[in-house]
Amino acid sequence: MSVQSQPQSQEPILDVRSVSKRFGGVEALKDVSMSLYPGEVVALAGDNGAGKSTLIKTISGVHGADGGEIRFAGEAVHFASPEAARAHGIETIYQDLALADNLSIGANIFLGREPMKRVLGFIPVLDRPAMAKAAKETMARLDFHVNRLDAPVGRFSGGQRQAVAIGRAIYWNARVLIMDEPTAALGVPEQRKVVSLIQNLKAQGRAIIFISHNLQDIFAVADRIVVLRRGTLAGERKISETNPDEIVKLMVGG
Amino acid sequence: MSAHTSTESRADPTQSRSRQLIVRIAALRAWLFLALLLIFFETWSRVSYGQTFLFSSYNAQSIAIFAVAPLLLALGSTFVIISGGIDLSVGFIMGLAAVIAAHATNLAGQSLPPFAAMLVGITAGLVVALGPGFVNGVLISKLKVPPFIGTLGMFGVARGVAFLLAGGTTVPVSNSWFAALGNGRVFGFPIIVIITVLFVLLMHYVLSQTRFGQHTYAIGANEQAAIRSGINVPRHIRRLYLLSALCAGLGGVLYAARFTAGAAQAGEPLLLDSIAAVVIGGASLFGGSGTILGTVAGALVIAVIQYGLVFINVEPFWQFVAVGVVIIISVLVDQTQRKLGGDRQ
Repeated sequence: MSVQSQPQSQEPILDVRSVSKRFGGVEALKDVSMSLYPGEVVALAGDNGAGKSTLIKTISGVHGADGGEIRFAGEAVHFASPEAARAHGIETIYQDLALADNLSIGANIFLGREPMKRVLGFIPVLDRPAMAKAAKETMARLDFHVNRLDAPVGRFSGGQRQAVAIGRAIYWNARVLIMDEPTAALGVPEQRKVVSLIQNLKAQGRAIIFISHNLQDIFAVADRIVVLRRGTLAGERKISETNPDEIVKLMVGG
Repeated sequence: MSAHTSTESRADPTQSRSRQLIVRIAALRAWLFLALLLIFFETWSRVSYGQTFLFSSYNAQSIAIFAVAPLLLALGSTFVIISGGIDLSVGFIMGLAAVIAAHATNLAGQSLPPFAAMLVGITAGLVVALGPGFVNGVLISKLKVPPFIGTLGMFGVARGVAFLLAGGTTVPVSNSWFAALGNGRVFGFPIIVIITVLFVLLMHYVLSQTRFGQHTYAIGANEQAAIRSGINVPRHIRRLYLLSALCAGLGGVLYAARFTAGAAQAGEPLLLDSIAAVVIGGASLFGGSGTILGTVAGALVIAVIQYGLVFINVEPFWQFVAVGVVIIISVLVDQTQRKLGGDRQ
């Protein structure tokens, strides 16, 4: 039943087992299972209201699951908050990117946990050189070469901003990246850049859950597709063994 | 495979260089205004009176003393406005602090030596000022009252309480130390100006070099992003309004010292001057941008206009027109700069 693009011997980094979630009388997730291996990109597909957002919010600690279990690196975990999930290395990149447009790349990467240094031995000040250096190195790992490290991220294009949000996640050693519609708001050349960013992350051994409506993007980067329909698992396919028509059928039922 | 991107790829580099120049100039507009005003008054003074305007230490000190109270209010407002809020209550918090400082100094003077009585008065003024600031913060961060409304309410409350405590009149202080604080000099510099300069340096440090300052910018740009980064945004907002009230309290205490009297209406005309100083200084009322040094320039622009027009014998009411024109020009420059994709910090 289960299809994997990685060898069986390897342990999944994330294993969602029969998770259920209700909101009042609505069963948003019914008995949904999926697993994710290091270096793998899994696309999460489904129509509006299929439960994609609920599933990623359950994984990332926004919602608690009502039933089932989530295992991370072989251990059962219960994340009480997104911070707890982040501390384990599960980072979610929402569509709006959550960047402070008036701050530099470095300041965004370190927002909320800025490094400090002391001048004259006793006055604590923000360590901007360290932030700029980390920003440069991190962005270089994404093959994104920045000339002006002091420029506010609001000056960058949509794809570049996506790279900054991803850079922030990988700087803090995210092992699982959940990306919500990363290409939705972008023009075609920018979409290609994001797709190549994802391939780059995959090559670094990070595991990625990629939510998208765009089947073309899904087929360009994903190893597997998990399709949800009305809160249940409608099917799971290897990209190499399926085609867009079959996925659409799974999404709409029929 | 590779995503080669560079920040220069969006615009023709020569064009972006001239744009960058415009943006740089726009960022310094408050200092430019200040320079133009000083040149204007200096020329006028030399032509009409055959004497210098700026290089007279009397004029320079008068302008500095003029700028003290609006600048102190504006320092706190800079933080609040960068975070995307506004504090309309600062004028009457200043009045309240002035009245409290006057009463407390007199009261303590009955049983304590003058120096200790002054310290009691200063402390009481600052501590009482924190009260309305705390309420503002709770209203805005916990009860989700829009800052404009919450602080407008506190404007009324602080005003009423200040007038009630003052008995509808001014409260004279009889304390030699307090009078010396407000009117004395050290090495030729007025003490209240020295205190203000030190406070400016402290606020500049806090805004530009600490996590507190950095988080203030982040909240103003994208509150959701700040929350998701783990910043305790409600607590930060409460601290911002406390800081604003503390600045207003310091303004009130120094007012009471300078005039050796507390007056409920001490800060009444200063609310708009202080917000104008922040805006002329380059902050956006939408939040996310502004600097302390810009605010200092903004406050000096207003003080120079006010003092300068009196100096050249123009009817004082023209100062309202002049300050208004500068505010409008400043906002227009800001919008042009934004259209050019300017640096917003």
